[in-house]
Amino acid sequence: MHNKTLSELSAALKAGEFSSTELTQSYLNRIAELDTHVNAYITVSDESALMAAKAADQKIAAGEAGPLTGIPLAQKDIFCSKGVKTSCGSKMLDSFVSPYNATVIEKFNQAGSVMLGKTNMDEFAMGSSNETSFYGAVKNPWNTDKVPGGSSGGSAAAVAARLAPASTGTDTGGSIRQPASLCGITGLKPTYGRVSRYGMIAFASSLDQAGPMTRTAEDAALMLNCMAGFDERDSTSAQREVPDYTANLSDSLDGLTIGLPKEYFGEGLDASVGKAVEEAIAEYKKLGATVKEISLPNTHLAVPTYYVVAPAECSSNLSRFDGVRFGYRCDDPIDLEDLYKRSRGEGFGSEVKRRIMIGTYALSAGYYDAYYIKAQQLRRLISDDFKRAFEEVDVIMGPTAPEPAFGLGEKSDDPITMYLSDIYTIAANLAGLPGMSVPAGFVNEMPVGLQIIGNYFDEARLLNVAHRYQQVTDWHQHAPAQFK
Amino acid sequence: MEWEVVIGLEIHAQLATKSKIFSGASTAYGAEPNTQACAVDLGLPGVLPVLNHEAVQMAIKFGLATNSHVAPRSIFARKNYFYPDLPKGYQISQMDLPIVGEGSLEIRLEDGTVKTIGITRAHLEEDAGKSLHEDFQGMTGIDLNRAGTPLLEIVSEPDMRSAKEAVAYMKKIHSIVTYIDICDGNMQEGSFRCDANVSVRPKGQQELGTRSELKNINSFRYVERAINLEVERQIEIIEDGGKVVQETRLYDVDKNETRSMRSKEEANDYRYFPDPDLLPVEIDEKTIDAVRKTLPELPDAKQKRFTSEFSLSDYDAEVLTSTRQMADYFEAVVKASGGEAKLSANWVSGALTGSLNKESIDIENSPVSAEMLGGMIKRIADNTISGKIAKQVFEAMWQGEGDADSVIESKGLKQVTDSGAIEKIVDEIIANNQGQVEQYRAGKEKVFGFFVGQVMKASQGKANPAQVNQMLKEKLKG
Repeated sequence: MHNKTLSELSAALKAGEFSSTELTQSYLNRIAELDTHVNAYITVSDESALMAAKAADQKIAAGEAGPLTGIPLAQKDIFCSKGVKTSCGSKMLDSFVSPYNATVIEKFNQAGSVMLGKTNMDEFAMGSSNETSFYGAVKNPWNTDKVPGGSSGGSAAAVAARLAPASTGTDTGGSIRQPASLCGITGLKPTYGRVSRYGMIAFASSLDQAGPMTRTAEDAALMLNCMAGFDERDSTSAQREVPDYTANLSDSLDGLTIGLPKEYFGEGLDASVGKAVEEAIAEYKKLGATVKEISLPNTHLAVPTYYVVAPAECSSNLSRFDGVRFGYRCDDPIDLEDLYKRSRGEGFGSEVKRRIMIGTYALSAGYYDAYYIKAQQLRRLISDDFKRAFEEVDVIMGPTAPEPAFGLGEKSDDPITMYLSDIYTIAANLAGLPGMSVPAGFVNEMPVGLQIIGNYFDEARLLNVAHRYQQVTDWHQHAPAQFK
Repeated sequence: MEWEVVIGLEIHAQLATKSKIFSGASTAYGAEPNTQACAVDLGLPGVLPVLNHEAVQMAIKFGLATNSHVAPRSIFARKNYFYPDLPKGYQISQMDLPIVGEGSLEIRLEDGTVKTIGITRAHLEEDAGKSLHEDFQGMTGIDLNRAGTPLLEIVSEPDMRSAKEAVAYMKKIHSIVTYIDICDGNMQEGSFRCDANVSVRPKGQQELGTRSELKNINSFRYVERAINLEVERQIEIIEDGGKVVQETRLYDVDKNETRSMRSKEEANDYRYFPDPDLLPVEIDEKTIDAVRKTLPELPDAKQKRFTSEFSLSDYDAEVLTSTRQMADYFEAVVKASGGEAKLSANWVSGALTGSLNKESIDIENSPVSAEMLGGMIKRIADNTISGKIAKQVFEAMWQGEGDADSVIESKGLKQVTDSGAIEKIVDEIIANNQGQVEQYRAGKEKVFGFFVGQVMKASQGKANPAQVNQMLKEKLKG
């Protein structure tokens, strides 16, 4: 059961091979048995999951099932879910039970899917290794001494370890694509504004975007069909039709032009990872694509730009966690100042504090022009690079991450090295472009991802490009031995 | 030394939208604490603001009413600071690109001259909640009903040179925002309040003195008092050889003094930056034209029309146009009276306003409707009652005893114009007061008043005074 894809599960549920209740119970059993090895879940919502499964079974019996009805899913603990703890991986929200549903959660509920639980993540989505979570690090199912990537590490590990058939993630600088790459699954960050951010706890509002984390591109298309769309509660969501993302999955790639940015294959890239990506490109040539070397000359500015923009926005977004209305409050504050200082000092972890401080500094009087304004200008340059590139090519390909999963604790004392894990993914966020990571091989028995970046709202093409590759390769079908 | 006072005002007008500026919660005043605060107002994790377009329309209306530039593109920014009644830890406001840019309006000074006051800008922002310190011992209660209420902050140039000018400007803005129906103008409930930036400098000096900011004053009277106190305080400091420090001060109504809240050093660095949750506000010419069509006649135009159409003095016209309600009432009175503008003006700004003020009633809730007052004035004009009797009629109408005609009828107040009846009284008075008749005929004309009084008294005030005068004069000649 747990090796089936979403579309296979959907067919099996409709054919009555098993019920959603049985399927859900089987996943809950696996989680109970195996999650101790990966720590993918912060909250497992057994009871409400079984209730939702029962309701789904009735829908299926009544012939009212949609493609996701009765399908168990794992939700990143960044999405507010009514009546369920929503921690965002932080001590600050350890006691927070959301009184409302995020739009994404609402849409999955309406589709009749079953929420198994909430997945572990870097605290407030700040991290590339899932080690900053208040609930402990997530371990990579392929090697539990290694990190799963972050910040959607729990969601990636849950799918890789078959503890959920699919999950949701959010991506601010690579937080879907990088853990997808490190855990050997498929991850899609849609165009900024494609999926509503309402109810998704904000890290950096102008960069955050939710997307699916699945085993296959086809599953990602099914998930995105449910997640995408304009939401009147999110002014930045796109007022644009949602196509059926499954409709063009099998289109021919004849005549597809792939751009390979030379900056993505230079210094800092693990040679074996580079080789895996080249082999993937070779497959695409066989599928009829042509390849063109391109340049994204401002690539080197992406990481520094990001580490001004994202902290600046987060320093403001996280101000609401002040110990006054919800979340963590320190014991016996002596006055207001003390309440703020200790609630925030004790409630936030060190990476979150670091970014709040960087952001506060960047927005301060006298520094604002030199940092924030400058970063906005660079952001424009980076976007323009892509704009020019997409005049010549249909998609851009390269590595998702510079290397396979690294060891737990290996980079946690060195934020700069850690930040470079997202060197290939950050630019798509700054430009607002959609990006995917698909499994493209193994290096030292650890998975490696191929990144595909598309033009604005070109998710259907990304999914088509990924799906065709998955028809001729089987990297996405591999499962870690311990979790087969 | 002679000092010059320099004042600029920041007026906060609460916009009269049904729902809040970034959420669907109601803006109604006076509900139980925290019953009108939704997830967005509470700043729960994950929530997002959505702009209320009614607030935008209102800001455009204000821009047009003050000949100000309406920005084709404006930006919401976050003003970051911590306070318990500020749920998100930032206030959504506008900084670099406000929705309304430069404009101006005219105020009339006491000596009748007209002065132009510049408007620097007006921007949209959300209000904070309220901290309640009184009701909880050793604790502070937070009421977030007000959080997210739309405000238009109207910033003036430092063009005012006295507390009186500041008040005149504030009253003018008050009348404009209530005329165009974007603010209820209720100062007691805080719907209209201001911060005053005050400084002094030796007369003739170009450079501005160090200013202090007087926060959150919610009455015209307090603005005048607070500014005058602050001016005295600053002059005293400088004359004693000291220096005014830049700071925020609070006016204490009970003690009638201003005191320091925080100095410039303690001031927050608000770290403004564009709010990434909101799109820029784009306003095209078509929208502006559509809003322009909804503008009513503005106070200045109305005042001009009143002077020409009704031949009123500038002063009367200004008083009668001070609020839209007053002007509407007045025009309805004139109409009901059959065009008696001068009499209507006297009655509206005199007896009616006096009675309303005495009982603190708004003109729109006046127990004497414009139709009733106009009906009464009509009876003065057609000589049914005298002006003096009219006071009785008005009083009866105020007490709810019906309209003028029924009061006149039931109380028998109709003026006596039957010359036979008047002559009878006059003859009787002359016959009974021969001593005074002789005095009058001997040239002591002051006695004439005595006769008028006696006749009026005998007629219970109902005799037509003009007829009485004429008849007395003839008969006393002898």
